[in-house]
Formats: sequence, structure tokens, C-alpha cells
Amino acid sequence: MSATPVVQREITDEAIAAERIELARSWAQARGVIGFLSEVDHKRIGLRFIITALAFFALGGVLAALMRIQLSVPENAFLGPDLYNQIFTMHGTTMMFLFAVPVFEGLGLYFVPLMVGARTIALPRLAAFGYWMFLFGGVFLYVSFVLNIGPDNGWFSYVPLAGPEFGPGKRADTWAQLITFTEVASLVGAIVIIVTIFKYRRPGMTLDRMPIFPWAELVTNFMIIFAMPAVMLASTALILDRLVGTHFFNQAQGGDPILYQHLFWFFGHPEVYLIFLPAQGLMSTLIQTFSGRPIVGYAALVTSLVATAFMGFGLWVHHMFAAGLPEIGASFFTAASMMIAIPSGVQIFCWIATLWSGKVRFEVPLLYALGYFAIFIIGGMTGLMVASVPLDLQVHDTYFVVAHLHYVLIGGAVFPLFGALHYWFPKFTGRMPGHRLGMIGFWLMFAGFNLTFFPMHQLGLDGMPRRVYTYLPGLGWETLNLAATAGAVAMVLAVVSIVINVIVSMRSGEVAAANPWDASTLEWSTSSPPPPYNFHPATVVASRDPLWEDPPDQPIIDGIRTDRREVLVTRLLDAEPDHRYHSPLPNVWPFMTALFVSIMLIASMYTPWAVVWGSIPPTITLIAWFWPRRKEVDDETHPVEKARPRLDEATGPA
Amino acid sequence: MIQSVLESAGIQAARVESEWWTIFWITTIVTVIVLAVLGIALKRGAARTDATTSHDAHLHRYIAFATVLTVVILFGILVRSIVTTRALASERVTDVMQIEVTAYQWWWSVEYQHPEPEQRVRTANELRLPVGRTVAIKLLASDVIHSFWVPSLSGKLDAIPGHEAVLWLRADKAGVYRGQCAEYCGFQHAHMAFVVVAEPPDQFERWIQAQRKTAEQPQTELAQRGLHIVQRSACVMCHTIRGTAAGGRMGPDLTHFASRSTIAAGTLPRTPEHVNNWLADPQAIKPGNRMPTLALSDADRAALVAYLEQLR
Repeated sequence: MSATPVVQREITDEAIAAERIELARSWAQARGVIGFLSEVDHKRIGLRFIITALAFFALGGVLAALMRIQLSVPENAFLGPDLYNQIFTMHGTTMMFLFAVPVFEGLGLYFVPLMVGARTIALPRLAAFGYWMFLFGGVFLYVSFVLNIGPDNGWFSYVPLAGPEFGPGKRADTWAQLITFTEVASLVGAIVIIVTIFKYRRPGMTLDRMPIFPWAELVTNFMIIFAMPAVMLASTALILDRLVGTHFFNQAQGGDPILYQHLFWFFGHPEVYLIFLPAQGLMSTLIQTFSGRPIVGYAALVTSLVATAFMGFGLWVHHMFAAGLPEIGASFFTAASMMIAIPSGVQIFCWIATLWSGKVRFEVPLLYALGYFAIFIIGGMTGLMVASVPLDLQVHDTYFVVAHLHYVLIGGAVFPLFGALHYWFPKFTGRMPGHRLGMIGFWLMFAGFNLTFFPMHQLGLDGMPRRVYTYLPGLGWETLNLAATAGAVAMVLAVVSIVINVIVSMRSGEVAAANPWDASTLEWSTSSPPPPYNFHPATVVASRDPLWEDPPDQPIIDGIRTDRREVLVTRLLDAEPDHRYHSPLPNVWPFMTALFVSIMLIASMYTPWAVVWGSIPPTITLIAWFWPRRKEVDDETHPVEKARPRLDEATGPA
Repeated sequence: MIQSVLESAGIQAARVESEWWTIFWITTIVTVIVLAVLGIALKRGAARTDATTSHDAHLHRYIAFATVLTVVILFGILVRSIVTTRALASERVTDVMQIEVTAYQWWWSVEYQHPEPEQRVRTANELRLPVGRTVAIKLLASDVIHSFWVPSLSGKLDAIPGHEAVLWLRADKAGVYRGQCAEYCGFQHAHMAFVVVAEPPDQFERWIQAQRKTAEQPQTELAQRGLHIVQRSACVMCHTIRGTAAGGRMGPDLTHFASRSTIAAGTLPRTPEHVNNWLADPQAIKPGNRMPTLALSDADRAALVAYLEQLR
């Protein structure tokens, strides 16, 4: 660092204003139809992920409402078995693959760069490609559903039911290919977020100063990279069994249906934590802001996230206790499943301690975070019950587990998510969310949720299995099912009131300042909504809570060109400046590549030759995507020696 | 009919029920305490005029304490779980009655084992058990994965093609218990139930002796006509009625059809009216099931019902 020439310059308000105009030109978001398809702005891609995922959430919710109508009375003729089985499969597949994972991917793409103080994400075209794959996959699934080739074997698609012999038609193929779509989208998203966190953090933001939400995203995206290949293997082997007659899972030819279950759950259990961990990050964010003090136990919280991620890979067999596994092995997975309660407990204790010593403000986002406590703790407790082999053998595949998983996933992830969407609403839109309607939405949601799912615990203990399209009268299940359906109505009303609140607030909400909640993290240091270049000028970070604790005279980062898309790449651990880099310009080829890859994937359901011939167009578009353009060649990466960015006052936190 | 985890009628289910209540109370108390502390924290936090970081060292100590307590409680729950597992294992005695249950889409074939093949008894969708005797149920699947579950008697166990699983259970109270397939197995997963009748040993012995006999010969003219219809129609392709020409194995054994209490795998009580409706249009009652619609006149169907209803 000593070799770096230090050039001092006067930074005046006029200079900053001029640079902002130039930055706005350099980072201008694309326009028109081609521009729309070419977009690489991380906020727009992130928002597209979030909005698309929420649209799928709404569709999944409609399917859930249909199921609740069907089950409100015994032997209801509203939906037949064929439609019901498709609907519960679509509901699970939608919520897991098209809502929960992408929505947190979207929040990561939007907020990770803002929270680590970067101009943009790393690899923005890859992120755009991921979005289009996700969108095409979701549309493909729903078009298939409408065309009556929607999957009907559950979101887990167990063989042999989904195998070639018992799953005729294209339904199971649709499921397996949807997995491929979401795989690709999640994996590229994971790479983008990890690289952004590792290399794009603002100088001064060492890893131990990084806010908890980016930590949660980092851990989650590493989990994606390790978990997703297992399900890719499972779904690929499944589709090979179905389309080209391999025998991976055919017990008559030496294959094994249990192998499928292992592969699926080796992904499927971490999947739960892919959804849960980012929400834990959101919880820490909300609790900190609305307690008005730095979070208690930062190190413990980060360690808990990492510990949960590791342990999350050691639990998958608890989904398979009923498959008759050796007892010693099963006990190991019981112990591991209980152990994972420890980091969750630590986080809850840290949050309670933060509230205990904070100045609590009961805004709508905090209410959602408090809803988490009431709901998730119950879900965690029932989790301990199903971790015990003997108890699990009683309640496995019953409504008890339906209750458990919704307490964990809605309480543990959807409530924090809704809290965060309220919290960041001013950042997205520049306007404050309405308080009254927000409160109504929360209370309807909270009451409706408990009315829907609490009775299901009892239903499961009363012997009601999952995934049944109807049930006989006289088994004592009528009242509780009717109550659950009433609760579902309240949840629908809750979502409607939230949507109304969003529309009203976007039109006539109070205009939001940069930091309306008085929060501490960097996304609140820029205007609401942020400009395309995110920050200017950017100050060096000096603490974990820069907006609360950094001194006002922090050095300003300078020397990054404003006349083109230049970003500062920093070092992994200490975020010391490393080199300047040109961020890619908008480009339509990621979209085209996604389009042709989608065509190949869908066509391969009908002929294996599609994999051969169908891979030619994406190859061409990939070449076009990476073809260097003169403008970009000029802007090649600048090595450190040639152009080290200057920090005003020449001080890094070194 | 009882189908409840919390109304156990056998040693296996009773052990799980007792574990359930232990863990239920532990987790309930923990939940109440945590939410109470949260409530106090919120009350304090809301009343405060300014956040404070001066007591953080204290808070860290409380967090550490709560974490240690969590570990201890979890260990307790783990031990309780292992105790149950071991107790259940100790119930796997060797002197057992052996029953083989094969799961089909969407019904259950039941075969009481016996060293002499002709003494074996085959029935469907209904198990009779002598009270107090441990039975080992060997589970097989003929097509896809199913799961055998009678909540009042025992936890569930999957029947997986190509794998063999054994479930031990002992009914300690006489009664009728309902069971149901618990692993999603396709179209009619919802209508794949069965009945377990636990009865005193002497009563069970009488039942199994009766089951060993071949089918009752029809006495009335109507029933004789029914047998004739069975033997000249598609029935024989799928169903067995021992002592007649019907020897198919695709569908439930009907030799003692009228000794059972339900039809269509627990879907309907076995009454002449329901049997008649079932024969008229099985797809209306249980869409997708493998029973074809028979083109029978009303009179023929009445004869068939009369025949089936006397197969005691």
C-alpha cells in the first residue's frame, strides 16, 4: 500500500453534484423492450425476483385455498382426486422452488450490494440469466398445469410412483425439468451473491463488520452450492429412468427407490434452511433497528448461522424414519436434529436480550418479527417431537407434520419476510407503508395463520394422513378441518389487505427520507429509492453500524471513474482495496441464452436428441454474450499497481 | 372406529403416547417461559427512553446460561426418545404370530402365515388379532411405496418395493381400530384404509378356523345364480374365491367377503346396498381404482350381491 501515490483533492458539493450526474449517465438503467430484456441493474433484477416470487406465492396461496375448500367437509366433491393431487403437488413445488428460495435470492440481489456499500453486484449478467431461467421455469410449470401435464406426485416426486411404470404421461417429467430450471437459477444466483460479498465490500467493512443479513445470505448461498447438486442428480436420474430407460431407481433391475429418497432429502433438508437462514438474517436486522441499539451477540449470531448450515446437512434421514432404517443410524439423526435447536435457541436469546436492553418501537415490521417468536418457537418444539424416532413414526406424513412445517416455514421465514418487505418498502418505492392497514394485515395474518394450522396438530394426532383429497365422516376430523378452512379465509383477507396497503402507499404514502426508521446499515445512507449507482460519495466503513457509530469525518472513497461503470474490488477478509473493475453493460444475450436453454430443457422431455441439437443455440448465444466489444476491451481490468483507488486522506482502516 | 395416537390400545402405541406427554409438557413449559421473558423484554424495552449497551456483559451471561439450559433440556429429550426406542425394541419377541401384508394401489392383502401352506389364510383390508399376542407384520409393496399405520396400535412403517420390513405390534384392548395408508401412493391414497379387529384369543381362533374353510356354497337360487355370474364373468380374472373357479390374484380375496365389515379398502361399510352400488359403478365411488365397471343387469347384480353376502 505504501507504494500508492496519494493525491489529495478538494471535494466540493459542486464536484459531487457533477459526478452524480455523470454516474447517473454511466449507470443509466436500460430503456425500451430490448432494454428491459437486457437489464443488469441489481436492484431491478432483485425486484423482479421478489415480485415474480411473490406472484408465485399468491398462486400457491390460491391453490392452498382450493385445497382448504375441498377439505372443509368430508367427502367433498369440489375437487376430484386427479385435480387435488396436482394441486397439492403444485402448491408444495411452487412454495419451495418458485417462492421461498427465489424471494430470498431477490432480497439478496437487491440488498446485499446496498448493505455492503457496493455500486452493484458481481456478475450482473449472470444474475439476469438466473432471473430469466427462474421466470421461464415457473411459467413452464404453470402452463404445464393448465395443459394437464402438471406434476401430481408431490413436491418430492418419490419413485416408483413418479417412475416410468406408475407415472405415465409427462407429469413427472415436468416436475423433474422444473427442478433443473430452479437449480440453474439458484446456483447462478448463489455465485453472484457470494462473489459480491467476498469481493465488492466497501473498504473498511471487514467480514466481522458485515451486517447479519449479508452473513445469512453468504451462508445460505454456500448451502445452495452444496445442496442443489444432490437434487439435480436425483431429478436427472429420474428423468433418465423415464425417458431413456435407465434403471437408477428400478428395484427389479438392481436400482433402489431408497437411493432416490437419500438424494432428494440430502438436498431437501438443507432446502428448509435455505429458506430459514436468510429469514434469520432479516430477524436480526429488524430487531436491531426497532430496538435502536446494536444487536446483542453479533459473533454468536453469525456462528449460529454457520453452525446451522453445517448441521443442516446432517439431518436428512429424519425424513425417512418410516422407511425402516437401522436403529443406530436413526438415533444419530435424532441427536443431530435436536442439536440444531441449539443455534436457533442462541439466536432467539440474543434477540430477546436486544429487545430487553433496547428502546422498542412497535412498528409493523417489528410486529412481524414478534409474530416469528410466537409461531416459530411452537414449530421448533414440534420439530423436537418429530426428531424423536418413535414419535415421528406416529406423526410422520400426517397433518401434525403439515402443522409443524408451516409453523416453521411461515413463522420462521414468511413472517420475517413480510416484516422485511414492510421495512424496506420505503427503500423500494420512496414512500412509507401505511401503518393502519399494515397493522390490520398483520393481525389478520397472525390470527388466520394460527386458526389454519394449529388445529392440524390435533388432526394429525387424531390420525389424519397428509395428501388425502378427502376423508370419511365420523372420524372426528370435521370440526377441526372446518376451523382450518376458516383460518385460510382470514389469511386470504390478510394478503388482500397487504396488497391494498402496497397500492395505496405507493400512490399516496408519505414520502420517505433516506433513513426513515433510523437504522444503522448502509442501504439507509443513500436516497430512497437508491440511484442506479447506489452511493456517491461513499465513505469508508469504520464500524458494524456505520450510520449510528461511524464518525462524521470518515474518509471518502475517491478515484473510481464516474464516466463508466467502474467498481472497486476489495480483498476477501479485510475489504482492503484491491483493484478497479469494469462492471458489464446491459446485454440481451443472457435473456436469449435463458430462452434457448429453456427450449432445450422442455424439448428434452420429448426426445433425448433435444439435448444434442438444442445445445447449439445456447452455445451461440453464449459466444455472443462473451464476445468482447471494443468499448469493453478499452475498459479492461486495471491491476492494482496501475491504478489503485485513492482514499481521501489516504487512510484505509489499515 | 378409533384412529388416534392419543388413544393407544397396544403396548407399542402406549409407549409412544407416554413419550408424547413427557415431551409435550417439557416443550410447553419451555415455550411459555420463553414467550413470558419476551413479553417482559418488550415491556421494558417499550418503557425505556433510550437504548442501553451498558449491561451487555450481563446479557451475555444470561444468553450463555439459557444456552446451557437448552442443551440440558435437549439432552433430556434425546434420552427420553432413546428410552422409548429401546423399550419398543424389547417388545420384538420371538414367539409371534406372523402376518404378511402386501400393499397394492389402493388396498391391502393380508395373509396369516402357517408352516402348512393350506392352513394359511388370505383376506383383505381387515386384520383380526388376538388380544395380548404379539404379531410380526411383514410388509411388502407390490407397486409403489405405501405405509402401514394403525395409530392406536403402533407407529407406521413403509412398504417399499424390493424391500422387506417388519412391524411388531400387540393389541392389549379388544376393539376395532382403523388404519390408513400414510405414504402418498397416487390417485386413491385417500381411500386406502383398513380395519383391525382385536378380539379375545378364543374368538380369534374361531374366526381363523372359519377363514381356513373354502367358500360357502350358495343355498338360495338367487345366490346360486350369483355364483354362476362370478364364474362366467371377468370376476375370476382378479379375485379368488376358494372352492370356485375364481382364482385371480390382482384384487382382494373374496372367499369370506361377508365376514368383513367394509368394502373398497375401508371406503364404505359392507351393506347389501353399498355392495350393489359398488358393483354398479366402482369408479363413481372410488375413481381411478382398478375395478372395472361390469355390464350387469340389475337382476344379475342383485344375484351377485346375494352370493357375495353369504360368503361368511
